[in-house]
Amino acid sequence: MTLMQKFLSASAALALTAGAAVAEPALIFDLGGKFDKSFNESAFNGATRWAEETGGSFAEVELQSDAQREQALRRFAEAGNNPIVMAGFSFANALTEVAADYPDTKFQIIDMVVDAPNVRSIVFAEEQGSYLVGMAAALASETGTVGFIGGMDIPLIRNFACGYAQGVLAVNPDATVISNMTGTTPSAWNDPVKGSELTIAQISQGADVVYAAAGGTGVGVLQTAADEGILSIGVDSNQNYLHPGQVLTSMLKRVDNAVYDAMKAGEDLEPGFNVMDLSNEGVGYAVDENNAELINDDMTAKLEEAKAMIVAGDIAVHNYNSDETCPALDF
Amino acid sequence: MDFLTFVQLADATVRMSIPLLLACLAGLFSERAGIFDIGLEGKMLAAAFFAAAVSFSTGSVWIGLLAGLAASLALSVIHGLASITLRGNQLISGVAINFLAAGLTVVVAQSWFKQGGRTPQLSGASRFDGLDWPGALTRVREIMTAPPPQQFYSEFISGHSILVYFAFLCVPASWWLLYRTRFGLRLRAVGENPAAVDTAGISVVGLRFTAVLICGLLCGIAGAYLSTAAQAGFTKDMTANRGFIALAALIFAKWRPWHAMGACLLFGLFFAIDNRFQNIQLHAIWIIVILVGLSALMTSYALRRDRIDVIVLGGFSALLTLIAIGMWIGLTVPGEVSMVQALWQVVKLPTQLIQSMPYILTVVALAGFVGKAIPPRAGGEPYVKER
Repeated sequence: MTLMQKFLSASAALALTAGAAVAEPALIFDLGGKFDKSFNESAFNGATRWAEETGGSFAEVELQSDAQREQALRRFAEAGNNPIVMAGFSFANALTEVAADYPDTKFQIIDMVVDAPNVRSIVFAEEQGSYLVGMAAALASETGTVGFIGGMDIPLIRNFACGYAQGVLAVNPDATVISNMTGTTPSAWNDPVKGSELTIAQISQGADVVYAAAGGTGVGVLQTAADEGILSIGVDSNQNYLHPGQVLTSMLKRVDNAVYDAMKAGEDLEPGFNVMDLSNEGVGYAVDENNAELINDDMTAKLEEAKAMIVAGDIAVHNYNSDETCPALDF
Repeated sequence: MDFLTFVQLADATVRMSIPLLLACLAGLFSERAGIFDIGLEGKMLAAAFFAAAVSFSTGSVWIGLLAGLAASLALSVIHGLASITLRGNQLISGVAINFLAAGLTVVVAQSWFKQGGRTPQLSGASRFDGLDWPGALTRVREIMTAPPPQQFYSEFISGHSILVYFAFLCVPASWWLLYRTRFGLRLRAVGENPAAVDTAGISVVGLRFTAVLICGLLCGIAGAYLSTAAQAGFTKDMTANRGFIALAALIFAKWRPWHAMGACLLFGLFFAIDNRFQNIQLHAIWIIVILVGLSALMTSYALRRDRIDVIVLGGFSALLTLIAIGMWIGLTVPGEVSMVQALWQVVKLPTQLIQSMPYILTVVALAGFVGKAIPPRAGGEPYVKER
């Protein structure tokens, strides 16, 4: 009997300390990997910023395959991590299953909407940011032909392409937009060799500015664009520094802010649906010392004007996700 | 399509087929000596990583190439030990090498460079640049305005890295080595009938180890090409199954060097087409002609064979014909598009179809349509001297 009591009290104490110790947030990266210099890296930067400012720590995992999504979610939820932030649209199915099983845990999904009482969904108005870099591309292009290289062929990436094409055509209605997707499987986020090949193919069709929205594949796109002496546009993170003077700009998607805010809110994370767009600085274009020479005053003026008009609602950028069609580009 | 498009397609074909060609020749040596090697992928991956990592650290791509070769050779020795010395299962050893390389490269890269399993971007002397032949233009945009002979010279002949020229030299060299030297004869013999070679007093183990090491050498060059010539740095799983496609090419080429080059160029062409034209648009009539032609070919082939062939291939032909007719009817809109007009409707062929062509062709080769693909007779079996 006493032995039993000892066991019980010991396990109770263990459980209590365990519960108290690990109420830290967790971050799950998508298949592109933590250091893709793009989307996932942006999420990681947000989490790091939170950790540095608060002195807290966060749990993290990089997935190796699609099958691990639900497993990773459940593991963090069981371990008491709260909130659990996942970077990537692919988590939607797994999260729908898991969120119902852990009603006291808060989840945040980026780039996708999951309707559950304990899930905060964050989507970005990629079409708005892409519209602006599309304008920049058309202004910088001498041939009147610009390119787009997407990662996996999904509506999210088509939305990038669609916004970009709208921006290009807004500046130069006669411009040609060449659009290529790297593939149809998640490995398309990580194939720089193919990214290079697609870039060369686009250059030979006349493109002199190429926009890559392709995760790790984009590294190959930017490299080839620099080798061949044309301009490229980065995505998600600020990628201007990768090839100074040869990356026109980067379409910023402030995934870092989304992650930072979620971790800062902690267990009080507010569920619901959230759009990050130009009006709340959720998307934008990057200007720093690496591309200051490429973005001239005339360009800045036009971009800022368009930005103000989009925020005010005077320019409506079509969202591909709303009806799966694009007025400016044929997929 | 203008002349430049053809030249660029040919150029892209060469670029895409080089890693395949080197890996395919690597597999050729190994399998001709009776050692199946599905670890080509892993060896390429390990070589790609070490070539990129060491050339970044030392600043010299040649030292990097040596490091890549060393990594690939080390894995070859493991494969040799497991499958020749210890007489283990060659397929399992190959799979193990693939897993080992996929995991180790990322782990080592992470602890070395702290960039999440990739190496930093290479530049300057730590990368194989294209060799620019005298008088050749280097940038795509300059080439576009040049006259056709200059386009051909600048795009197709010039501008490749030295490894590309080396890979093409490897083909006649392999042929000569395998078919015109005593060593080649013995190497082929050891894959067909090792007991006979042993009876002649030649070391089976020695020959097989030599073959496996040559395989490692060529895989090493293929891997180094990927990370230091085609790309500027290593990324996780960057070989993207090229090792397996090379094996498919090897089967398609029926284990012969010149044919291997043909198969790799053909597969490279499919990848180049896929990259260049995302969606291929054809008039419906051509698709119908191709589908019906295919089924006619298959039926006539099957009629000369056994009854089971007639049933299987006949059914398959019927299916293809049905698809063709279904598409034709599907394109016809009563009142708007007549049956004849429907023939000239434009149909989009999905890019996935082109992507899967290498695999379809391999299945065709395996099914025996282009003559029988017979692997080396003693392939996959460890040699046991006495029973």
